[in-house]
Amino acid sequence: MPDAHPLLYPVGPRRADVTLWIDDREIPACRGESLITALLAVGEMTGRSEFDQAPRSGFCLMGACQDCTIWTATGQRLRACMTEVRDGMVLRRQPPAVGVDHGR
Amino acid sequence: MAADLPPVIVGAGPAGLGAAAALVEAGMRPIVLDEAARPGGQGTRRLAPGLAPAAHRLLGPTGARDTAWREAQEDRVLAACDWRPGTLVWGVFGTALHVVHQGRHETLPFDRLLIATGATDRCLAFPGWTLPGVFALGGAQVALKQHAALIGQRVVFAGASPLLYLAAVQYLRMGLRDLTVIDSTPMAAKLRAAPGMALTAPGTLLEGLGLMRELRAAGVRLVFGAQVARATGMDRLDGIEIHHADGRSERLECDALAFGQGLRPETQLAELAGAEFHFDPALRGWFPITDPDGRAGPHLWLAGDGAMTGGRSAAARSGRLAALSMLAAQPEGTRPLADNLLALRRSVRRLRRFQHHLATAFRWPQDQTARLPDETIVCRCERVTAGQIRQAITQVAGPADVNRVKAITRCGMGRCQGRYCGLTLQDLTAVTSGRPAAAVGRLRAQAPVRPIPIGSAEEEGMSP
Repeated sequence: MPDAHPLLYPVGPRRADVTLWIDDREIPACRGESLITALLAVGEMTGRSEFDQAPRSGFCLMGACQDCTIWTATGQRLRACMTEVRDGMVLRRQPPAVGVDHGR
Repeated sequence: MAADLPPVIVGAGPAGLGAAAALVEAGMRPIVLDEAARPGGQGTRRLAPGLAPAAHRLLGPTGARDTAWREAQEDRVLAACDWRPGTLVWGVFGTALHVVHQGRHETLPFDRLLIATGATDRCLAFPGWTLPGVFALGGAQVALKQHAALIGQRVVFAGASPLLYLAAVQYLRMGLRDLTVIDSTPMAAKLRAAPGMALTAPGTLLEGLGLMRELRAAGVRLVFGAQVARATGMDRLDGIEIHHADGRSERLECDALAFGQGLRPETQLAELAGAEFHFDPALRGWFPITDPDGRAGPHLWLAGDGAMTGGRSAAARSGRLAALSMLAAQPEGTRPLADNLLALRRSVRRLRRFQHHLATAFRWPQDQTARLPDETIVCRCERVTAGQIRQAITQVAGPADVNRVKAITRCGMGRCQGRYCGLTLQDLTAVTSGRPAAAVGRLRAQAPVRPIPIGSAEEEGMSP
């Protein structure tokens, strides 16, 4: 379920000018911001642990912990904190096909 | 031909840029690689474009001016380099770097390599630290500087690090009032460290005291000698429980917590490039062995916090020292530089000594690991608990070693490669087996040092 409370609060005004999808939910985002900002600002977690299903939404924010790992519809693995939003991105919280964990 | 290869610098933080500047002055055109799109590293990370109007407020008038001047200098240096942002170095094999750039694999041969990969947050696990809303201390600063966002509206900064005060002040200056700082070191211990800090880096000490004063003046609550016992919440953080020095417990409601126990060097690439390591008991960590100028092998130099924790100024100067050492090793075709080598070495040594005094003022919570409840998740990636690790330690035949415990439990084997569980694993292994931390070994690095797309590995050798 989408969570109304943000997990990250952008400072200053934010005018959405691009759209991305995560697990078929439409997310308004701003050009130039990171995926993690776009997702956490609307309270969307980046995924769940494959071991205990606990939610995860980023920890180090500098590309080291891999806690904000997310996948594209084609199975490419991204770090939400190191990736800029692009208009029309389609994202998945789980790799799209079983056994595909390392990219295409 | 080896002699034709330009020096290669990995990391465009203060150390890498300090080295690049010296090499450019000497008439060379080094290759500079960084995983990020923009130079600056972590501590001197550049502000997101959207934050530019807030630079004055965030950094203060002097800070904003100094930063603008430094960044212009850096840009001039990088314009004279072969600057390759967005390049992930994932391995070192012999005298070649293996990198991914825009999804393509490339091999980059070198005969002089400077690794300046800096440091990441040093984090000790506690119950609830995997909840959304809990961030590494440096992450709270990255959230602000790069992502132009605050991690919450009621924010607690906790742990043992001078960055607690810096991060809290940055949030305060961006308009957040509901802040609490929980410093696990008692005030008495800080006072004991003050004379040493005043002798080695008086400016830094004054800066730190200024930050504390600014927080106090704004009515921010500063708690000393207390530890975060647990973070609570169902699917996200809703509060923390802290234990005061006198044994009292207290619950604080908050929607975000940033914590850290100082910095740990990023040494994976240095290790793959052949560096040896020693244990520093004051900083409770493993550091690569170098000569006073940062040389760690025939082709290898290390500088900055990835070589030895020292902070921004020490990093910049150690980068310059490493460049001078590179130039001395192969002076052909370069202009001599007029640096006072002895003075430069002395200042790097002094700034790094300051860190040892800091380690007293922000002391490692040694007793915390022994008290960790068994159900605490230690390894975020593989979800290994303190109880599983304790049990594995008792099963290890022969002396307990972190790599054997890792093999049994998978703690440290996940995507982050032990960056965030390694210290808890080290302390748990030491405490449980009754041996000193230096005796339980060090998690070994493995390529790739970051997860890389396997699809592009198949293209290896096909790229220029």
